[in-house]
Amino acid sequence: MTTVQTGIQPISTSRRVKDRVVQALVYLAFAIAVVPLLSVLWLVVKNGLARFDLEFLTHSMRNIGARDAGGGAYHAIIGTLEQVLFASLIAVPIGLLTAVYLVEYGSGGRLSRWISFFVDVMTGVPSVVSGLFVLAFWVLALGMPFSGFAGAMALSILMMPVVVRSAEEMLRLVPNDLREASYALGVPKWRTIVKVVLPTAFTGIVTGVMLAVARVAGETAPLLLTVFFTDSINNNPFNGPQMGLPLYVFDQAGRPTDTAIDRAWTGALTLILIVMLLNLVARLIAWWRSPAKRGS
Amino acid sequence: MAKQIEVSGLDAYYGAHKAIEGITMTIEPRTVTAFIGPSGCGKSTFLRTLNRMHEVVPGARVEGKVRLEDQDLYGPDVDPVSVRRTIGMVFQRPNPFPTMSIYDNVAAGLRLNGRFSRSELDGIVESSLKGANLWNEVKDRLNKPGSGLSGGQQQRLCIARAIAVRPQVLLMDEPCSALDPISTLAIEDLISSLKQDYTIVIVTHNMQQAARVSDKTAFFNLAGQGQPGKLIEMDDTSKIFTNPGQKATEDYITGRFG
Repeated sequence: MTTVQTGIQPISTSRRVKDRVVQALVYLAFAIAVVPLLSVLWLVVKNGLARFDLEFLTHSMRNIGARDAGGGAYHAIIGTLEQVLFASLIAVPIGLLTAVYLVEYGSGGRLSRWISFFVDVMTGVPSVVSGLFVLAFWVLALGMPFSGFAGAMALSILMMPVVVRSAEEMLRLVPNDLREASYALGVPKWRTIVKVVLPTAFTGIVTGVMLAVARVAGETAPLLLTVFFTDSINNNPFNGPQMGLPLYVFDQAGRPTDTAIDRAWTGALTLILIVMLLNLVARLIAWWRSPAKRGS
Repeated sequence: MAKQIEVSGLDAYYGAHKAIEGITMTIEPRTVTAFIGPSGCGKSTFLRTLNRMHEVVPGARVEGKVRLEDQDLYGPDVDPVSVRRTIGMVFQRPNPFPTMSIYDNVAAGLRLNGRFSRSELDGIVESSLKGANLWNEVKDRLNKPGSGLSGGQQQRLCIARAIAVRPQVLLMDEPCSALDPISTLAIEDLISSLKQDYTIVIVTHNMQQAARVSDKTAFFNLAGQGQPGKLIEMDDTSKIFTNPGQKATEDYITGRFG
């Protein structure tokens, strides 16, 4: 027999069985993981569609009585967008610069190891603690009012470590060859980082920032302590209580009437849609910037 | 444009490890100088000390003198960035900037260093690509990404990028080792024509290549694992390959070791 001569054996039955069993386990695990995701999506869409109308998107809860139908989340949508925008404005530059320091300048020194350590610690900070910190520092100690900006600060504390970690990973993926090629052309280090390293990592960094945005857009606890509640539209993020979609859902879901419960579901649906929309925009930007597009 | 390099008593370190020791040589202008020797003997390290790329590696440092004409490249007030602008480099693996088009790749060194008008850039990009023998192949797709080219074209793109900043010396670290024979031939032709204007130093593992393209050849060797690499001898290429002065050189080029 040729198998004997060459020493090449057919696949044994036990390996075939193991292969099948592990394959089945992997599929099963996947199915289990997807069940909650799909069921949440299904529930939110099914229950949220009832009130997903123009009034919901364009009206606040001002002068809507406890038993009244109608009302909407316009004030909360505005609040969430502003809070996430300001949180990103704070967290993305700081996070990105931190990542640049860690990858390009820190080179395993004592300072960079400490920064890495504290970024890890920050990743584990419960969201309510960041809210408490801003409450204690900004509102109580400095005497500033509850505001959307205070909420944005609390959210930025949560965003920062996510941005640092993802940007750091993306910067490390940039091949060293490119940095050397740039140095060899007589380009200073900082210009190399700005013009070669960051553009190369751009797509990945955008994805990381969007993940961070998605994470903080749904945070409720830090907002509870920093932006407070309101049923009215407050366009000014620097003064007075503002609403946010997670808070809105929390507030409406706690009310005893069916109309309020419906509004809570629709609020959740809106939040998911906003995050998806932001993701889509980010992907479009990344696609538009990628060299592959110009190549075709 | 081309200038002479004089190296005297040069040692290079990676942290505590001494990679090369006591190298003294003169590299003539408008010639091609080839560095040959077994892997790990410090050819590439030495090449990188010539334009201060060595110190880009953390913990790396250099002792000794490198002079371009009369200027000490390791002088206390010398800006390494301007050294690299004067002494260009082509790497082993083609490394065009992936986010940039062919045009932008060639213009990168100029754009990242100063302001040029569009017409100036157009002229320099065209002459550099012609200089690198790539113009006819890419002139219709200058705004396509450089990473879409073949390996040999990418390497010629990198050469165009390096000569676009008008360096006085061009260092090449095994520029053909990742290329097929036809692309290698194209690059070797290119090296011969670039010799008119530039001082060229090329590291190669391919002895036929050294014999084909270079005027002078330097042979490097190391005494043993962990020992620093040294310059064994340097002479006219024809002499090194026909009648070397040292036994070790002869052994190496006849394939008795390495």
